Amino acid sequence: MLTDLTRQSLAGLRLLLVMTVLLGVGYPLAVWAAGQAFGDRAEGQPVSYDGRVVGSRLLGQQFEGERWFHSRPSANDYDSLASAPSNLGPSNPDLLALIAERRAQVAQTEGVDPTQVPADALTASGSGLDPHISPAYAALQVPRVARANGLSEATVRRLVAASTTGRSFGFLGEPGVNVLELNLALQRAD
Amino acid sequence: MSDTAAGLLSIAVLVLLLAAVYVPLGDHMARVYTSSRHLRVERLVYRLSGVRPDVEQSPRSYALSVVGFSLVGVVVLMAILIGQSHLPMSRDLPGMPFWMSFNTAASFVANTNWQSYAGESTLGFTAQMAGLAVQNFLSAAVGMAVAIALVRGFVRVKDGTLGNFWVDLTRGTVRILLPIAFVGAVLLIAGGVIQSFSDSTMHTLSGADQVLTGGPVASQEAIKELGTNGGGFFNANSAHPFENPSGYTNLLEIFLILVIPIALTRTLGTLLGRRRQGLAVLGAMVFLMAVSLTVVTVAEVGGHSATAQAAGAAMEGKETRFGEWASALFGMATTGTSTGAVNSAHDSFTPAGGGGVLVNMMLGEITPGGVGSGIYGILVMAILTVFVAGLMVGRTPELLGKKIGSRQMTYVALYTLTTPALVLLGTGVAMALGATPDTMGNPGGHGFSEVLYAYTSGANNNGSAFGGITVTSTFFQVTIGLAMLLGRLIPIVLVLLLAGSLAQQGKVPETAGTLPTHKPLFVGMLVGVILIMTGLTYFPALALGPIAEALA
Repeated sequence: MLTDLTRQSLAGLRLLLVMTVLLGVGYPLAVWAAGQAFGDRAEGQPVSYDGRVVGSRLLGQQFEGERWFHSRPSANDYDSLASAPSNLGPSNPDLLALIAERRAQVAQTEGVDPTQVPADALTASGSGLDPHISPAYAALQVPRVARANGLSEATVRRLVAASTTGRSFGFLGEPGVNVLELNLALQRAD
Repeated sequence: MSDTAAGLLSIAVLVLLLAAVYVPLGDHMARVYTSSRHLRVERLVYRLSGVRPDVEQSPRSYALSVVGFSLVGVVVLMAILIGQSHLPMSRDLPGMPFWMSFNTAASFVANTNWQSYAGESTLGFTAQMAGLAVQNFLSAAVGMAVAIALVRGFVRVKDGTLGNFWVDLTRGTVRILLPIAFVGAVLLIAGGVIQSFSDSTMHTLSGADQVLTGGPVASQEAIKELGTNGGGFFNANSAHPFENPSGYTNLLEIFLILVIPIALTRTLGTLLGRRRQGLAVLGAMVFLMAVSLTVVTVAEVGGHSATAQAAGAAMEGKETRFGEWASALFGMATTGTSTGAVNSAHDSFTPAGGGGVLVNMMLGEITPGGVGSGIYGILVMAILTVFVAGLMVGRTPELLGKKIGSRQMTYVALYTLTTPALVLLGTGVAMALGATPDTMGNPGGHGFSEVLYAYTSGANNNGSAFGGITVTSTFFQVTIGLAMLLGRLIPIVLVLLLAGSLAQQGKVPETAGTLPTHKPLFVGMLVGVILIMTGLTYFPALALGPIAEALA
């Protein structure tokens, strides 16, 4: 049996090497070539401001301070080399404490009642790089951002609407507001 | 549109898409494994590999080919991972440590894709493409080959052979996986999944630095889902916006996960010449999937947990663009198949939602299961079902014209014992020796659930995790690595021996006393046997984990 196994393994090794060329080199290169038809979609959709790349439309960033829209909490501080969720369990007391702390903090920052803070502002995302916030969390931040930037709330609401991505084809997934796009629009409006 | 309407519509569209390709893909796969013609590229592969494609193999020889090919796969992949710093596009990353490379190689060869490393900070592009993604294709093709060999066992009469493994492997790869993966990858790029070969650093608006990570992600993502592998290019897997940027890519990925395991039931019916048998098997799978999807969706959308109620919704570990509905649907698909990709953190699911995806794996990955492994898994359960039915009425059990005797039942019994033994012994030994509280990411019953989930996922070749657990110690690397390899190879060898014993038999003519196995009665009994087996095996362990948590 052992000689039989050795013989089979040798055939397997040769087949594996052949397949490695086909599947491990040929296939990804063919996909890459086809992907060129989609422009910067295959490159992570970098966005520029003032002639330099300031981020990717798909990667969330940390924004702090009065004048920006804030992203969701992140378990990895938006480090794109360490994507991760918090993995805190559904009855974990540490997570309960974090949620209470974030609720108080967001309510204070936005000057609203703590019960008005939406869930996505209180929870870390699955990737730690969520580019979106819910329309509700964006709406909550509008008055503060408008004030800090000296813009009218109506203007800021218009910018929010322009940065809102609906469900794909109107029904797949959930709507979200792209925070980087929105803050860039804000920067340009200033 | 309300979340509920959008969620239900997404499920309906998914079902329609799967129904649309069911017959053409199922019949295409049946032709692939029965055609007498070799494609030119296949002849080239055979010539370069030195295999003779027209030789029929005995069950023993077929099994040795599978085992030999898998062991070679582990060794070669370990060499690539350990030596990756010498390969092109290594991103200046060092080689993987020995035991982590063993765990990873075992994982990808066993079609599990359990990951004890974070892709973006551990692996260069060549190791991902030429190492991991190659096994994504080949391990999936191995699963399909074994399933087809078992079907041949039922079809062939007084025959000592099961086909040629190398031909089945090559055809499954070249004619099924490769074309669908290519189309899938291009459709993913259209939705924003990246396929590039360079990293660059960006200076963000707020003055910080962020790396724009590159990588051959779309090519890997497509086969990762299609082959029910599940290993993410990035640590966050399909929650990462570069792997899964929108509601559209999310549904496409779920479709790719389910399409082959579902369509293989048509292949089964076609090869048997009993189309209704394929539908009956599909019926049992779909019923269990529907129950599981309902449980997970109700739990997640309803937010039945302490933290979800505190936050107002179960959004911890979920992406805004997916929300609860699309996360629950993905969770059902990825654990009902042996995929294990995740678009949200299962560790942070509500107790009933997390328990639901855990039970999905405990069913033995047959709803609808991994590519190939779902079919051979549910056929083994079907044999067990006719055996139980035979005991009740005092007749010799038979399935699809083959007598189920003591030899067949020995293989079936060993098959059904292997995975639970690996799960429960692994969990027990880990709790006694390796899993100190600081390796668990959460306190109390949930910490135990993380360990139970790890061995359930490994031995069932799923690969998803309650990710809070830290599994980088040598203890976990070795034991989970062994659970994955043994949980893959022992059942495969048993299935091939079972197939051989069936192929040798003649055909038993159907009589009035034959239990019809394509009618709703049998489907109901099959579902019952699956649930009873799973319940008896795992209830005590579940009671210590998710059930205790849900009641707390």
